Amino acid sequence: MAKPTTDKSTKVSEPEYPLTTMAVVAPLVGWLIPGGGHILLKRYGRGILLLVSVVAMFVIGLGMQGRIYKPNGGDILDILGFIGDVGAGALYFLARIMDWGNVMAANAAADYGKTFLIVAGLLNFIAVADAHHIALGKKP
Amino acid sequence: MNINLSHFTAAVVFALFASVVFGITQRNTTMEQVKYGLYCFAMFVGGVFLAGWVMALIRR
Repeated sequence: MAKPTTDKSTKVSEPEYPLTTMAVVAPLVGWLIPGGGHILLKRYGRGILLLVSVVAMFVIGLGMQGRIYKPNGGDILDILGFIGDVGAGALYFLARIMDWGNVMAANAAADYGKTFLIVAGLLNFIAVADAHHIALGKKP
Repeated sequence: MNINLSHFTAAVVFALFASVVFGITQRNTTMEQVKYGLYCFAMFVGGVFLAGWVMALIRR
């Protein structure tokens, strides 16, 4: 008589870090408002530091006459520039609405300004991923 | 609004804010975050000096 066997392959394992509502909402808020995801997760100190850093870089970039990229399907560097810029969330949309950064780089400072704007967005993407990890419980 | 920063000042400001974000996002405890932020800042600024010297030597 055959012994009853337990089939391990049919056993559904629970994910180690289950996806919660907060793990979706916090990154979204963090993208729109830099540091907002951390503040929502009650990491106030980190959230404020992220907010200050990203906003300061964005404002300095605009002050240096940096260019804001618009959505485009042309040159790959322009597309990547847009992806970097849009990482700043509400700051990007505000700049587009107010028509800030609608200049062509005419000198080295303006080129640095463009870099500040892109990096502000990219740093915010890192902060968004961090907020997601905190909400999942992967990070304290 | 017009902000005029020298190349060096722009690099240091960039290093400062990038280091803050790297420190917060790449480490877990507060002390680790501070140490890693300072490490990144030192690497950024050290890189600026190194690149400056390399360019100065190439120019000779």
